[in-house]
Amino acid sequence: MTALDAAPGEQLRRVAARPRRFGAWYVAEHRLRVMRSYVSTVLIGAVGTPLLYLFAMGVGLGALVSANLGPHAVDGVSYLRFVAPALLCTAAVTVASEEFTYPVMLGFKWNPTFVGISSSPVSPGQIIDGMVIAVVIRLVATSAVYWLFMLLFGATPSGAAALSVLIATLVGLAFGAPVMAYVATLTSDSGQIAMLMRFVLLPLTLFSGTFFPLTLMPVYLQWIGWLSPIWHGTQLARIVSYGAREPAWLIAVHVLYLLALFVSGWLLARRIAKGRLYS
Amino acid sequence: MSFAWVTLDTVSSPVIVASDLVKRYGEVVAVGGVSFEVAPGESFGLLGPNGAGKSTTMRMIGAVSTRTSGRLEILGLDPDRYGPEIRSQLGVVPQSDNLDEELRVRENLLVYGRYFGMTRAHVSGRADELLAFAQLQDKAKAKVTDLSGGMKRRLTIARGLMNDPRILLLDEPTTGLDPQARHILWDRLFRLKEQGTTLVLTTHYMDEAEQLCDRLVVVDKGAIMAEGSPSSLIRRYSSREVLELRFGADRNAEMADRLRDAGDRVEALPDRVLVYTADGEGELARLTDAGMRPITSLVRRSSLEDVFLRLTGRSLIE
Ligand SMILES: Nc1ncnc2c1ncn2[C@@H]1O[C@H](COP(=O)(O)OP(=O)(O)OP(=O)(O)O)[C@@H](O)[C@H]1O
Ligand SMILES: [Mg+2]
Repeated sequence: MTALDAAPGEQLRRVAARPRRFGAWYVAEHRLRVMRSYVSTVLIGAVGTPLLYLFAMGVGLGALVSANLGPHAVDGVSYLRFVAPALLCTAAVTVASEEFTYPVMLGFKWNPTFVGISSSPVSPGQIIDGMVIAVVIRLVATSAVYWLFMLLFGATPSGAAALSVLIATLVGLAFGAPVMAYVATLTSDSGQIAMLMRFVLLPLTLFSGTFFPLTLMPVYLQWIGWLSPIWHGTQLARIVSYGAREPAWLIAVHVLYLLALFVSGWLLARRIAKGRLYS
Repeated sequence: MSFAWVTLDTVSSPVIVASDLVKRYGEVVAVGGVSFEVAPGESFGLLGPNGAGKSTTMRMIGAVSTRTSGRLEILGLDPDRYGPEIRSQLGVVPQSDNLDEELRVRENLLVYGRYFGMTRAHVSGRADELLAFAQLQDKAKAKVTDLSGGMKRRLTIARGLMNDPRILLLDEPTTGLDPQARHILWDRLFRLKEQGTTLVLTTHYMDEAEQLCDRLVVVDKGAIMAEGSPSSLIRRYSSREVLELRFGADRNAEMADRLRDAGDRVEALPDRVLVYTADGEGELARLTDAGMRPITSLVRRSSLEDVFLRLTGRSLIE
């Protein structure tokens, strides 16, 4: 008989041991190599976005608000400090919405590299895990750059406020993982992804207590904030940034809601990928 | 090779065993109970028309598609349980290329080798070897989208060889290529065959099957119609030579009727009449003497196309 089943246990494990264990990292490595081909876009985005927004909010709108309502106009802090955590979270969601839409569509359909990978020892679930790992790396990096600019603009204190970087990353994943699961079900894109950007992402960024507290919005719009990972994440970032006050139960809700969105989207995407690649 | 076999005591036990293999997609029976075995070092072909179930069979062998029923063992293992282990020993050239177009030629090999757990250094050396093998050294830094169809195919084969596979699965390796590109590719596959790589390939080109396969099965509508070496199939199901006669589209059927007793067997196609015979020239002379006046006539050797026609009553390439 063949070498493979001569000693099933031991030898079997050996031939695919590394891919079984590290498969997701190989996928992430592949993704990061692809990102290198659009590294200039990534860098311009990572640096340009905080510069533009912090300048506009701090020097522009922020000055206007302070002139009219005083230096502690919103939530007891300057407008810039109030708005910066929200901008950080929104930027993370924007990055996630790039990485979890077209690259996923590409991998399953347009240039089916996922199909290619699935004929190696690496499994569909590991392909999804690898996508997530690569996006985490990009999210942490861009959020860290963003946060450094916030520091530079005086939009955040230093120290524990740096936790905002991780919060923003979690917000990106909480939004991105369900989006990835949805995109993984698409067999063709007849505008669904553009619709998602326009009718889900855009309202979320506008109605998530980004530019003024959620409680100041009309009651019939506040539910959007409650559903929005951006609002939950922004509130957490405001807590670690300038000590915004929230009851403990609400903090727990913020954290659990973000984790639940991320994990359920991730697991769902794994299931869908398996069904699709192993048909 | 760091990831290769510790012991290779496989001499003659089959590397692939399929029996009563079935794959159904809802109501559609893609593969309807096929049985075959492939020996190590053998070059085995699945020859059949569009929709015969060739790709579906290849995907089940490749451990990326679960069978509906039947038995399947690759290297002695059940793909349902040992997918990653089996795939670590396979090279796969899918029917449609899925190279990463966002990466360069050589990068495609680097990235792919990593999926088998190869080290970066190992992957790098192997990529250069295979670029040379695929005659793509000059294109190492080119974009995949700038390659010709034949080059892409060669790159896909090189990618499938990164892990030094024991079995190479090729799904229609040369479909869509021009004759020259096909010959270059065949030459590369010949070399692999000589080196002892087990090849499993599908094709709907009979010349490709004759060139590359030691043994093949003719499949149609998910079932195996015949099995054997190309020459034995031709011997069994066809005559040595074929006389092709054209009488003009509207007269072929009528003439076929008059030719009924010519040769061993007569087959009427819309555009020509085929007379199966051991001696084509002799048969032609006899028919001409009998007053038949075809517009054109041609004597050729029998091919797998004739075998297929005999078995299914249909032409291989529609
Ligand atoms: N994922 C799928 N879902 C539903 N039906 C499928 C699927 N894949 C294949 N089929 C059907 O199974 C049958 C066999 O298809 P398959 O692709 O195996 O044929 P093939 O011999 O490779 O043909 P071709 O020469 O065109 O590549 C076809 O009728 C096809 O429509
Ligand atoms: Mg096919």
